[in-house]
Amino acid sequence: MAEKPTVAFYWCASCGGCEEAVVDVAHGILDIVNAVNIGFWPVALDFKKGDVEDVPDGFYAATFINGAIRNSEQEEMVKLLRKKSGLVFALGACAHLGGIPSLANLTSKEEILEYVYRRSPSTENAQNTYPAKVYRDAAIKLELPEFFDRVYPLNQIIDVDYYIPGCAPPSELVADVFMKILKGELPKKGAVLSPNKSLCSSCFLNDTKPEKLLIKELKRPHLTVIDPDKCFLLQGLVCMGPATRTGCNERCIHGGMPCRGCFGPLDGVLDQGLSMLSALGSILDFTPEQEKELDGVIGKIGDPAGTFYRFSLGASIFYRQDGKRGGE
Amino acid sequence: MSQKITIDPITRLEGHGKIEIFLNESGDVDRAFLQIPELRGFEKFCVGRPAEEMARITPRICGVCPTAHHMASTKALDDLYKVSPTPAAKAIRELFYNMFMFEDHLLHFFYLGGPDFVVGPEAPKAERNILGVIGKVGLEVASQLITMRKSVRDLMSEMAGKVIHPVFGLPGGVSKRVTEEQREKIKKVSHQALDFAEFTLKVFDNVVLKNPKYVELVTGDTYKLKTYYMGMVDKTDRVNFYDGDIKIIDPSGKEFGRFKGIGYLDWIGEHVEPWSFIKFPYLKKLGWRGFEDGDNTCLYRVAPMARLNAAIGMATPKAQEAYEWFYQILGEKPVHYTLAYHWARVIEVMQAAEEMVRLSNIPELTDQDIRNIPTETPKEGVGIVEAPRGTLIHHYKSDENGIITEANLIVATVSNSAAISLNIEKAAKNLIKNGNVNDGLLNMVEMAFRPYDPCFGCATHSLPGEMPLTIYLRDPSGNLIREIKRGS
Amino acid sequence: MFEPKIVAFFCNWCTYTAADLAGVSRMKYSPNVRIIRVMCSGRIDPELIVKAFEKGADGVIIGGCHPGDCHYQNGNHKTLRRYKLLKGLVEQFDIEWERLRLEWISASEGEKVQRVSNEFTEQIRVLGPIQMKGGRVVHG
Ligand code: SF4
Ligand code: SF4
Ligand code: SF4
Ligand code: FES
Repeated sequence: MAEKPTVAFYWCASCGGCEEAVVDVAHGILDIVNAVNIGFWPVALDFKKGDVEDVPDGFYAATFINGAIRNSEQEEMVKLLRKKSGLVFALGACAHLGGIPSLANLTSKEEILEYVYRRSPSTENAQNTYPAKVYRDAAIKLELPEFFDRVYPLNQIIDVDYYIPGCAPPSELVADVFMKILKGELPKKGAVLSPNKSLCSSCFLNDTKPEKLLIKELKRPHLTVIDPDKCFLLQGLVCMGPATRTGCNERCIHGGMPCRGCFGPLDGVLDQGLSMLSALGSILDFTPEQEKELDGVIGKIGDPAGTFYRFSLGASIFYRQDGKRGGE
Repeated sequence: MSQKITIDPITRLEGHGKIEIFLNESGDVDRAFLQIPELRGFEKFCVGRPAEEMARITPRICGVCPTAHHMASTKALDDLYKVSPTPAAKAIRELFYNMFMFEDHLLHFFYLGGPDFVVGPEAPKAERNILGVIGKVGLEVASQLITMRKSVRDLMSEMAGKVIHPVFGLPGGVSKRVTEEQREKIKKVSHQALDFAEFTLKVFDNVVLKNPKYVELVTGDTYKLKTYYMGMVDKTDRVNFYDGDIKIIDPSGKEFGRFKGIGYLDWIGEHVEPWSFIKFPYLKKLGWRGFEDGDNTCLYRVAPMARLNAAIGMATPKAQEAYEWFYQILGEKPVHYTLAYHWARVIEVMQAAEEMVRLSNIPELTDQDIRNIPTETPKEGVGIVEAPRGTLIHHYKSDENGIITEANLIVATVSNSAAISLNIEKAAKNLIKNGNVNDGLLNMVEMAFRPYDPCFGCATHSLPGEMPLTIYLRDPSGNLIREIKRGS
Repeated sequence: MFEPKIVAFFCNWCTYTAADLAGVSRMKYSPNVRIIRVMCSGRIDPELIVKAFEKGADGVIIGGCHPGDCHYQNGNHKTLRRYKLLKGLVEQFDIEWERLRLEWISASEGEKVQRVSNEFTEQIRVLGPIQMKGGRVVHG
């Protein structure tokens, strides 16, 4: 390659785990790092927004954005990066689907502020002080950023070319994507860069499932002796495997715990939570005559939204206004 | 002072750390502010979630120290359900936790502290990064470091499903056992870890302590801060990361208080300032006294040096040796020199490695009995661990079905937030006189907060080991005089 | 007066036929209800229901064969289970669960279509227009 392509990284409302995943790659395969110029990486390198403004449109061959979108600064920045980039990759569950931070969409900004700064048991705040957008004291003027009411996945703000799923994405997957970019082997625009099959299809416990899976009860992991060698759903534990894309190497299942769905839905599924709900509806073994028992079992889920949408609440059609989805 | 505000409920880490410095009429520093525009809405949006899921949700507060949150959460769940982990589960958790302390501390020392220490504060800026460290200690060591970290992290993935956001913690135990086969691997890696810890301490001795300029800087006034200290201790009052009492000492070294679990509410208060999303914890019994250090302060500090100060020693022999050397050289206890945090961190690396070796050998590690199933009705629970960056507290309440009704989190870096601000202000006051701004200001100010390994610089985990930072200098009427950016 | 938009997913073999019967028998029922014919209530994906809400339906009725009468044996068993699961979920999104209704209506029960449609329309009229949190983008 004569001219090294320049890539950029940016992070929005993120925990830093996706960055770790990238750093893990950088350690492992230096040849990839050597094959590109890193043009913009606020986490690692100094930059000015002006630097990004100055480069010609489409300058960055590929830009990786992790974290959900929460405030106007992030919105501005990702819109600018969109303009300056050839390809935009949503990296990780937060950028892809809203991630765990988007569980905040179930509550309101006001409730959060009230709790954190007033009601939390360790807070002492008789003066009723809240962080202010603008704080003045004589000549001192300090400003804090302004935030949106909701948490958005990246594709609700800008056009996204590809999605790298996972929370965090396995570094092997990130490495694989880098390879594909360098070799020019990327699939069709809009693809989620992991096989379009369910986690169950690759799960090492899939064989333990009977041909027709039916269950009579739902259990919670901490109250159950879990058999690590038997499909969790079969044991009555909610496992998101049927409604989740494969590609993580069944990490949680190997850890002895059911899947929570961080790889998001399969192609063509508009809403991961509803897809899980539908799957569960099919396997709960109750007839209409057993409505009472059914109610009891369903009641055990306790928190359907937080369970079925652990990583994808921000992308749920309950919230969406523009019909877009990860991987479309 | 209460104003209508619109802020982010969830963001952990936002854009740049921002420091605002205001000068007075004569051009000296009036006040300095470190603003981190982050707020964890986690406390609120965890409400309504099943309690047992907290250990899988809260790690997303931070992808740099997810294990600390996972463990604090798991312990809070033990307490919520009043169930103890089985001996095997406790051994597995403790081993896992020490592995995490080891790799996290090590990385920070070499990538972050390293540039200041190993290369030396006087070295040209272009060399004051991980590459400079490599230049000094040799490429082979650098690759050893990478391999070391990788083998520990790979083992952690094997034990807990994932290393970034582990999944195995459950009230009363863990979801995955350790096999004899794994034990052999763990033993091997633990011994390598021990060797590496010894080597790291040697690097510190040879490269850092033999540099009088550096020792002078450490023990100078610029970075000194007199505060209370807080840290976890075991039954014999020695440093522990996973479990024990939280002990507080006053600036003279006398024990000031001690608590466990829910007792934190008697000792810690959190103060709110209108210019920051971070709250400022202080000692409740003293009342909020503002951003002041000294004998009259209400502030306490956490993290490596605070832990060493609060304890009477380390729990393991080699770390204990290093501990004694530390206090002998620095000549005071408690040590108030902020830059000594780096050294304390390396001593903790040693304890973590020694603990890995010890725990990899105990018989119960491979026992199959890894779960006690809770039988009590859940109500309220507190879990506390020592995160690399200090005491970390998770406090949950739930209904009788174990659905969270309230969650309070005191995150390590937050406990140090007032001290970090003070350290920065102090450094700025020392370095800016009569409106003259020393060009080394940026580095010196950075050196003031780096010892804390602040988590808002998750940033700092990346390759060049530099946290993006902007300093704004303003005249008495608030006009911007200068903007200093790293690298510009 | 607020005129609610109501989407009804009716099973071809029973409830849809009943609605037809109601029409033929000139039983007047609420014009707010727009019927969508499906082959079996078991074919109504939860996604369709929420999509109806998202696109502005103020209420959704699901009509299927009585238990035991499903043309595909137990399609309606699934329907009931999904409906129950969905109810719990809908509430967490601050949508009143009364906006979603499941009825077993056989081919001969034209008047039940009439009664349910009218009742439901009134009920939704009282609830007012649907508010989906995600319906608008609120910045700042
Ligand atoms: S996807 Fe997971 S690892 Fe990545 S930023 Fe979001 S919470 Fe962190
Ligand atoms: S339901 Fe879970 S445990 Fe069972 S096969 Fe699917 S992914 Fe594996
Ligand atoms: S098992 Fe599920 S939750 Fe766990 S990493 Fe894989 S996709 Fe994510
Ligand atoms: S055919 Fe009518 S519900 Fe199945």
